Amino acid sequence: MAEGQIVAGLLAPHPPHLVYAENPPQNEPTSEGGWEQLRWGYERLRKSLEDVDYDCIVILSPHWQTYVGTHFLGLERFESLSVDPIFPNLFRFKYDVSVDVELSKAIHDHAKEDGMAVKMMENPDFRIDYGTITSCHMIRPEWDKPIVSISSNRGHAYYSVEVMQEMMIQLGKATRKAILESGKKCVIVASNSLSHRHFTTESEVPEDMSVEHISSHAMHLWDMRMIELMRSGKSQQIVNEMPEFVEQAIAESDGGALTWMLSVLDMPDEPAILHGYGTIIGTGNAIMEWPSRNWRENS
Amino acid sequence: MTSQPVKSLVVPAHPHPLLAPEKNEGWGKIRKAYDNAREIIEQTDADVLVIYSTLWPSIIGHQIQAHPNPEWVLVDPDFHDLGSIPYQIRVDTELAEAWHQANQNRGLESRKVAYDGFPIDVGSVVACKLLNPDNRLPVVICSSNVYANRAETTVLAKSCLDAINSLGRKAIAVSIMSLSNRMFTTPIQPHDDHIHSAKDDEWNLKILEFLGAGRLEDVAQLSRTIHHQIRVQKVVAFKPMWWLSSMNQHRNNLTGEVLGYEPIHGAGAAVVVLDPTSSGQGDKEYDEDSIETFAGDRDVLGERKDQDSVESEDRSSHTQHPELWEPTDTHTSVNSHEAPKPVGAYPHARREGNILYLSGVGPRQPGTSQIPGGAIKDADGKAVDYDIKAQTRAVVSNIEKILHEAGASLENIVDVTTFLIDMDRDFKGYNEVWAETLGVYGPTRTTIAIKALPTPIAVEMKVVARFGDD
Ligand SMILES: [Fe+2]
Repeated sequence: MAEGQIVAGLLAPHPPHLVYAENPPQNEPTSEGGWEQLRWGYERLRKSLEDVDYDCIVILSPHWQTYVGTHFLGLERFESLSVDPIFPNLFRFKYDVSVDVELSKAIHDHAKEDGMAVKMMENPDFRIDYGTITSCHMIRPEWDKPIVSISSNRGHAYYSVEVMQEMMIQLGKATRKAILESGKKCVIVASNSLSHRHFTTESEVPEDMSVEHISSHAMHLWDMRMIELMRSGKSQQIVNEMPEFVEQAIAESDGGALTWMLSVLDMPDEPAILHGYGTIIGTGNAIMEWPSRNWRENS
Repeated sequence: MTSQPVKSLVVPAHPHPLLAPEKNEGWGKIRKAYDNAREIIEQTDADVLVIYSTLWPSIIGHQIQAHPNPEWVLVDPDFHDLGSIPYQIRVDTELAEAWHQANQNRGLESRKVAYDGFPIDVGSVVACKLLNPDNRLPVVICSSNVYANRAETTVLAKSCLDAINSLGRKAIAVSIMSLSNRMFTTPIQPHDDHIHSAKDDEWNLKILEFLGAGRLEDVAQLSRTIHHQIRVQKVVAFKPMWWLSSMNQHRNNLTGEVLGYEPIHGAGAAVVVLDPTSSGQGDKEYDEDSIETFAGDRDVLGERKDQDSVESEDRSSHTQHPELWEPTDTHTSVNSHEAPKPVGAYPHARREGNILYLSGVGPRQPGTSQIPGGAIKDADGKAVDYDIKAQTRAVVSNIEKILHEAGASLENIVDVTTFLIDMDRDFKGYNEVWAETLGVYGPTRTTIAIKALPTPIAVEMKVVARFGDD
């Protein structure tokens, strides 16, 4: 069997506003548009992946929060309605998702061997988190690729950003090993925003772009700094600065997704491509791609 | 007199007592304690359960479940292997609407949610299933806003009481929370369950000692310490006791009973029932005040004010007042402990036949002399920014208290004269609050601009009310 491959790493934020603004048939609420900079960013990302052959999307979302270890979806199909608990007015999405249980189990097993607390989620009534659904929809609205969905262990809340990152780096290594052994081609997705200070009110028309802006100048500076580090391939520096970033920008990378994704890509020195940046209800969101399929030492 | 809940409950958040009471003795005991609490509820004449759940975070204000009949099959994100929880809940939509309105009247951002399939949190579902099987009582569930702190959470309970009182409901207040919330981070065998650390256990026992003695406000005042000592910092503050104590008017002499205390996956799970009957214990002295309307937290991130000016503004709202007087007491006077003391020799109101004349009422708070929305100038007499809407709301709230004392309500008001110190700046905001509050009842109104008022406030109202037909 040929060795598996990581064809791309993605930073793919999941505010439901983006799905809402695109009015796909699966989503009940309808809009007049909005957040075009980000939606066009996702369009550029989709274009970039259009001719890329891959088998599976492996995603970690901060909205499947687990306190007892890291969990993996362990059944082949989940079909239900996802309603966003914060923005139920925008996101009531009918999903039908297939899971690559074989790969899911392989990552689980590797992580377990490495001493991590892990668990397969095999309850058919389980509802997939809205972060996973939103990012996957924006990346691949055809829904024709199976996914591996990994929970966000709250190591940050329990210990510190440093401990959370150690766990995520380890989980990333286990994920990488399992993928390379599987022979499968995978896209790795960190589903999170950057700075994450929300407005606490919503305008009458949620897609009213005249009120959308970053919540503060400090948040903007942090977002630009992080994007610049990604654009210049400074993965290790991102990890080094993560504790300050999480504290000062209340960054959603506290859930571990970004650190895990960089670890799956083996802390790349290669630059990431910025497909789009924009704010959503005050939070900073960047759509970034690490096109590892094109790198010489192929991941 | 504002009524309190018929009973107040503290109940745990995790699904083990519902799904696996037989797997561990402690989980079984919590199940029994839940059953016991259910029986206690059934013996009251309560007609609604009002739930504040720490497991339901919100960002855009406070969310109130308003779907008449939410229905789903819930699976816990961590403990999915314990099984699924099918539920069907009956919601008191009228009370949900009233609470939502009352939140807005008191300056809170508020939202109703009524969507098929909305993810109701596991704590609320477990509490509804165990305390209220078969939906004997309707419920109202409110979220725990992640950015809210003590002031906002205190006001959230007061608006809940406004709603309960306006509809004449008899409510059971339920706070869903763990005590210490640190769980084991690895899977454990049920028989290995214990409180995560001796420190967590000691703190839990101390909290339960206080609750057992009915000292709810003491626990509320300890919330920040509890948060740092035994809470995994998932959110910025430990809020449920602020809500529950405010629901009970910050009393410290309730009658409490601890029905159970056990570990659930390392966290402290307790079932406590508090009854408004006085325990006979003395009230404690508090250092934190009980505000009536929410006028925003200090703007720590804003660029307008630095720490110094925030402090001086605080100081000004406490210190700039003329001397306070006891309200004049005559056979026709009406005076309320709930209203701010006069700044001269006069009563809060005077009754002549079926007409009630109120002395001019401002936004100043009784006891603390704080001014919701901020004073109009600082200690040095320098003008500072203030919120006219919050001030106006506080005026209306003070008027309501005086009317209440006389056995009347806002509906009885026939004529109002309003004094504003800055018509250009403030008329619009004042007028908006008027439309939402007094304007609803239709009294006549005159608004005039004046040079100053005796305290650093921007609005005062002179009110005449009339009692029912006689
Ligand atoms: Fe998110």
